[in-house]
Amino acid sequence: MALDDVTLTIPAGEFVSIVGHSGAGKTTLIKMILADDTPTEGTVFFESTNVFKLNNKELTKLRRRIGVVFQDFKLLLNKTAYENISFAMEAVGKTSEEIESDVPHVLELVDLGHKKDHFPGEMSGGEQQRLAIARAIINQPELIIADEPTGNLDAINTYEIVQILKKINDLGTTVVLTTHNRGIIDMVGKRVITMEKGKVIKDDKDGKYSI
Amino acid sequence: MFTAIKRVVKAGFVNFTRGGIISWAAILVVTITLSTITAIILLQAVLHFSLNQIKDKVDVTIYFTVGAPEDKILSLKSSLDRLPEVEKISYISSAEALRLFRERHKGDYPTIQALDEIKENPLGAYLNVKAKEVSQYESIANFLKGDNTLVQGTTSIIDKVNYHQNKTVINRLNNIINGAQKLGFLITLILVVTSVIITFNTIRLTIFISKEEIGVMRLVGASKMRVSGPSMVEGAIYGIISTIFTLLIFWPLSYYLGRNMTSFLGLNIYDYYISNLLQISLIVLLSGVLLGVISSVIAIRKYLNK
Repeated sequence: MALDDVTLTIPAGEFVSIVGHSGAGKTTLIKMILADDTPTEGTVFFESTNVFKLNNKELTKLRRRIGVVFQDFKLLLNKTAYENISFAMEAVGKTSEEIESDVPHVLELVDLGHKKDHFPGEMSGGEQQRLAIARAIINQPELIIADEPTGNLDAINTYEIVQILKKINDLGTTVVLTTHNRGIIDMVGKRVITMEKGKVIKDDKDGKYSI
Repeated sequence: MFTAIKRVVKAGFVNFTRGGIISWAAILVVTITLSTITAIILLQAVLHFSLNQIKDKVDVTIYFTVGAPEDKILSLKSSLDRLPEVEKISYISSAEALRLFRERHKGDYPTIQALDEIKENPLGAYLNVKAKEVSQYESIANFLKGDNTLVQGTTSIIDKVNYHQNKTVINRLNNIINGAQKLGFLITLILVVTSVIITFNTIRLTIFISKEEIGVMRLVGASKMRVSGPSMVEGAIYGIISTIFTLLIFWPLSYYLGRNMTSFLGLNIYDYYISNLLQISLIVLLSGVLLGVISSVIAIRKYLNK
């Protein structure tokens, strides 16, 4: 069983880190928030909406309100940095004018302005992850989910990513971050939920890494 | 809406150009399929032409007794004309029959001399009947044998109907024609189905390669149309480019066949190809585009519902 009797609430605007070893159920928990995986029992509410009761169209709409950053970036490999972001904007129906004005701006924000015509394959891991974050925030989502975003990155890039996430949170977006990196948790210094074997074993308001 | 369509079409073109070797592999396979279809169209034309030529050689002649009154013959002709099976019927009077006979044997001195000896015309008039289908001669022959009111009083003036002599040949020919048509259809079906399956699988492969991307697009919140649209456009591009290639391949090919094979095939393929170019182009284009688009839709559907 990947998750067992998990109950938790994340208020809007919070920065929550979910920690635990591989196989603790972090990714499964995130998949359930996105309704990408269905539980045998229980449910997930986004605000007051039961995400498992949504039809395909409604689910698409819900996902547009959530920005997701993955460990393996999940970028569109045959699209340039610029197109990866403009695609996410097109998906939610932004006009061409909005795309033309916002994309360069967000690329600058993650320090990728000079790489806008590069394909993901031509970028370093850190750059790809920054691009993934830029894509996740471009549509001003209410929630950013970052699943092990620094798992493939070195210390310097990890630091940069965490700083960007903190900045996003300061601007009012809820951030859910999963990691097993002690340094990150200590760097963030906010609420920490610790999971083990599918259960929440600890929920600290001002947490430190404890496993 | 317009912007959405514009974006989908543009993405289709961009994907196509970035697809590189995979795009060209798909075009190659679609071109082969379309070439098969074009070859079948031309082959069917040759087959149809040959069968028609053979069919044209089959007819039935009703010979009348010498001195049979012309008005009776003509009334029989008009009743035959009313039969739905009859395509064409021509009347040769005994004088005309004699003229044709003389013409045919004009180098054959003894025969002509014998004919001159007799003094009077030994030949009866005859009707030459052509049916719409080879299989219909039987019913025409039966009609002549029958005692229905239309032919009453004329049966006595009929000397012979050569259907009964030719019956076996006509039946056999009819079987061959039917067999050839069925075989042609079967071969067409097998070839078309095979190439459609191969094309479908190639396009499925091109989409399989981008299945990760499809998942990511859905995750970013793209609608089904936004995800599958570009692939459909790409499929249509495969179809259009392959059509151009196919038509270009068959131009010199049909020219060569027209120059060298016309006497063997009985039909000048090049003339047929050029004079039916518009129809052939339309059939090939429609097949190509539909094949590309439908294959894409079916292939991508599998990855969309996630």
